[in-house]
Amino acid sequence: MAVLTILHYPDARLKGVSVPVEVFDAGLQTLVADLLDTMNAAPGCVGLAAPQVNYFQRIVIVDVSPRKGSTHHGRLILINPEILETTGSSVGREGCLSVPDYTGNVQRAERIRLRARDVHGATVEYDCEGYEARAVQHELDHLDGLLFLDRLVSRKYDLFLRKVYKK
Amino acid sequence: MKHWYMLTLVGADQPGIVAALTEALYRDGGNLGEASMVRLGGNFTIMLMLESPAGSATLRALVEGAIEQFDLRVHIDEIQAQLHQHPQPNVQVVVHGADRAGIVAEVTGALARAGLNILDLESEVGGTQAHPLYIMLLQGHVAGGAAVLEPALAVVRKRGVEVQLTAIDTLIG
Repeated sequence: MAVLTILHYPDARLKGVSVPVEVFDAGLQTLVADLLDTMNAAPGCVGLAAPQVNYFQRIVIVDVSPRKGSTHHGRLILINPEILETTGSSVGREGCLSVPDYTGNVQRAERIRLRARDVHGATVEYDCEGYEARAVQHELDHLDGLLFLDRLVSRKYDLFLRKVYKK
Repeated sequence: MKHWYMLTLVGADQPGIVAALTEALYRDGGNLGEASMVRLGGNFTIMLMLESPAGSATLRALVEGAIEQFDLRVHIDEIQAQLHQHPQPNVQVVVHGADRAGIVAEVTGALARAGLNILDLESEVGGTQAHPLYIMLLQGHVAGGAAVLEPALAVVRKRGVEVQLTAIDTLIG
């Protein structure tokens, strides 16, 4: 078990695309355990993707259970995850261990249907919504080299003056 | 040795102000920090952190060209400043209602007495000249979270403005 070093943007490695996991062995389980230790060592952190700690495989973990009042599945370990379906959208504030000292508003799907493998290679599916859906989408972006900065819709506010069109 | 300065500039809005100013500062080795630049009532306003080896008199001379070209008023202060010092807001307050004097004082006074530290505030006057509408959005941090502010805002609402209080729950992933 180990707390791994977080890569910080603008480290170019964070912009790479991670590869699918093909071998579900003890090494994978050790890496997942290290990811959990690393996430739990960061106060308030609800998810982590392997590329954030310099492992460029399609592995993410999410656990929003400490957040009161949100619907969730507890600790999610998602290997080779893919989003099958999205519905709705909402804007919420996001930050990232890989982008210290900055947060901003990002638009995400409100609900997602998700398929992945578990740590043993079995196929799992989840219907996520709200905060958990946001966390999953945030982490999955890391697997494709995307940071929340790439999806910013606003820095702070989401109330805009209406444009007045001339008749 | 470099020092941090806060440059405050105001002038009638027109294209090219930011480019002319920052080009002059960059050419002399200045490094920009955080900035707020916004159009207010037809004026373009700039508050700009600048790290520079120059003294304030030299800085003034550096931006003289932009000042003259765009008829700007400028104020330069040496400040104590650090980057990477952002406290995260945990509440957002949206206020709107028929424009009248005193809304900001009433709302921010109530919030301050309840313990809110305002980190950012923007306001606009919309609507029409006959029926002006005041809209204010602010974000801040209060120990104990949004619920602490509710009693204070209940008093403000009785004075005829709409106030929406929202907790900011920042996802860290």
